Amino acid sequence: MTALTVSSRSSRRAARKSLPWGSPAVYFIALIVIALMIVPIAYIIIGGFRTNSQITVDPAGFPNPWNPANYLEVLTGGVFWGQVLNSTITALVTTVGAVGLGLMASYVLARYPFRGSGALYALFAAGLMFPITVAITPLYIVVRNLGLMNSLAGVIIPQIAFALPTTIIILVPFLRAIPDEIQEAAFIDGCSRIGFFFRMVLRLSLPGVITVGILAFIGSWNSYLLPLFILNDQATFTLPLGVQAFSSQYATDTSKVLAFTSLSMIPALIFFSLFERRIVGGLTGAVKG
Amino acid sequence: MSNTRESTSTEHVSTADLAQHDGSGAAASLPSQPRRRRGAGWALRAEIALLAGPAVIVFLAFVIFPVVMAAYYGFFRWAGYGPPTDFVGLQNYVVILTDPAFLAALGHNAFIVVASIVIQGPIAILLALLLNRKMKGQSIIRVLIFVPYVISEVVVGTGWSLMLATNGALNGFLHNVGLGSWAHDWLSDPNIAIWTLMGILTWKYVGFAVILFLAGLQGIPEELYEAAALDGASFWQIQRRITLPLLGPTLRIWAFLSIIGALQLFDLVYIIWGQYVASTAGTSTMATYMVANGRNAGNYGYGNAVAVVIFLISMIVALIYQRFVLRRDTAGAVTTAKKSGRTKGRRGAAATERTA
Repeated sequence: MTALTVSSRSSRRAARKSLPWGSPAVYFIALIVIALMIVPIAYIIIGGFRTNSQITVDPAGFPNPWNPANYLEVLTGGVFWGQVLNSTITALVTTVGAVGLGLMASYVLARYPFRGSGALYALFAAGLMFPITVAITPLYIVVRNLGLMNSLAGVIIPQIAFALPTTIIILVPFLRAIPDEIQEAAFIDGCSRIGFFFRMVLRLSLPGVITVGILAFIGSWNSYLLPLFILNDQATFTLPLGVQAFSSQYATDTSKVLAFTSLSMIPALIFFSLFERRIVGGLTGAVKG
Repeated sequence: MSNTRESTSTEHVSTADLAQHDGSGAAASLPSQPRRRRGAGWALRAEIALLAGPAVIVFLAFVIFPVVMAAYYGFFRWAGYGPPTDFVGLQNYVVILTDPAFLAALGHNAFIVVASIVIQGPIAILLALLLNRKMKGQSIIRVLIFVPYVISEVVVGTGWSLMLATNGALNGFLHNVGLGSWAHDWLSDPNIAIWTLMGILTWKYVGFAVILFLAGLQGIPEELYEAAALDGASFWQIQRRITLPLLGPTLRIWAFLSIIGALQLFDLVYIIWGQYVASTAGTSTMATYMVANGRNAGNYGYGNAVAVVIFLISMIVALIYQRFVLRRDTAGAVTTAKKSGRTKGRRGAAATERTA
C-alpha cells in the first residue's frame, strides 16, 4: 500500500505548478542549510589529511600540504579491517535474520485470518515502546547467561529481536496490498499457501523487503549501546566501538582519530547513497503506516 | 472466491474464512462457511506456528523477557552474579527518586524533549515548505540534508567533540574571522553544554523531520491549493490554513517519535561527555545515569530499577500523548489492539475530518 500511494502521490505532485517564490532565494537558503549539514562531515574527512602540528597551529584551517599518511596508516593496519569485518558480519546477519523472521511473521499477520492475529500484531507494535536503551541491563544478563558474551551472536540475536517491530509494521501493509486475485490464481494453479509465500510474496513485496533490510542494516551498522555492553574483547569490536576505542587510545593524535573516524563512516555513506530513495521512502512509510 | 479455494488442495482455509479477514474488502462479502472440517485447522495452525513462531520466540526472549526481568531484578541489591538474593523491596526506587543526580538527569531529559520539538519542529517545517516544490537539484538537496541522520552517533559524537573542544575548529574559526570573543568552552561550561547538545541533536535529526514532513506534504490534495489560489489566498495564508492543518497527523507522529527518542537519549551524550563529565556539564540523561550507576558501578539491581523508571516515564508520556494528541489520527499501538485493518482508511479520514 505504501508503495502504491507513494508513487501516485509523487506523480500528482509533479503536476503542481511552483508557488510564487523567488527561486534563487530557495536555492540560497538550501545552500546555507546544506553547508551547515556538510561542514562538520567535511571537517572530519579533511582533518584526517592534516598533521597534528597543522591542527595545533590553526584548528580550522585546510591541510597544507595534504598529508595522506594518517589514512594510509589506518588502512594498512589490521585493526580497522578487523572491525569492518565484524561490523559487516553483524549487520548482514542481523539484516537477513530480521527480514527473514519479520517477513514470515508479517505474512501470517497479513494474510492468514486467525483469531488472535490482532493481538499478535499489537504485541509486536508494542515492541516499539521498548527501545534497546530500556532493556539493555537485563538484556546484558540474558546474553551473559546464554554464554554469548564477546561473540557477535550476542549482538546479532538481540538486534534481530529489536528490529522485528519496525520490520513487521512496515511489511504487513505491503503484504496486504498484494491483490487477492493473484493469490486465488496461484491457488487454482495448485499452489499452497507456503508455496505462494516463496514464489509470489517474496517477489511482490521486494520494495518493502529492501526498505526494512536497509533500515536493519544501517541500524546495526551504527549501533553502539548493545555492542558496548556485550563486546569487551578488542578483537570482537564493531566499528562504532572501534572508533571510540581508537579515539581514547590516540587521544592526543587528533588527525589520526579524524582519519579513522572518516574511514569508518564511508561504508554507511556509500550504502546510503546507493539506497537513498528506498531509505527515505521507507522511513516515511514506516511512520505513516 | 471460497469455492475456488475449496477446489484446490488447500482445504484448511475454510475454517480460516470464518475468522475475520480484515486485509481486503473482498473478503467481507464471504458467505459464512459451515464448520465442516474442524480437523483441517491443524494444517493451518502448523503453518502459522511455523511462520510466526521463530519471530515470536526471538521477540519474547530478547525484548519482552528482559523487560519483565528488569522489573524483578529492580527489587534486589545485586552485583549481577548468581541469583539475586538480597531483596530490598522498593529501596532502589526510593534511592533513585531521591537522588539529586537522577532528578537532574530527568530535568535534562525534560528540557531536551521540549527543546527538540520547539527547535527542530519550526526549522523542519520551514525547510519542508521550502523544498516542497519541483525544482532542479531537489533530490540532491534532500539527500544532503538527510546525511547526518545516517551517520552513526559515534562518528557524530567524535567529530563534534573534536570540533567543539576549547582548542578545536569552531573556536579556531571564530578567532580567524575576528570573533574571538565568541569562543566558548562549548562542551564543559554548564551554562552552554546543554545548548551545545541541542545544536548537535538538531543537526543530526532535523533531516529526519524534514523528510517526514515532505512526505506528509505530498499527501495533501492538489485541488485544495488550486481552490485556495482561485479564491485569492496568499502563499502564507495557504500554508497556514491548508498546509499546516493537513500536515497535523505527520507533525504529531513526528513529535511522538521525537519525544520518545529524547527520553531515551544515550549514545551522543555518553560519547561526547562520558559518564562522569555529563553530570558536571549538565547534560546527563536518565540513560547515561542508568549505565553509570548500574553496569559501570557493578550494581545491576539498581541499574534495572533505573531502567524500569525510564520505561515507566516513557510509557506514561507516550500514553498521555496518545490519549490526548494522537487520538484523532491513529488507533495507537499501545492503547488499541486492532489497528491493523484500519490503517488504510485512517489517514484519509483524518484529512477529510480536518478540512471540514
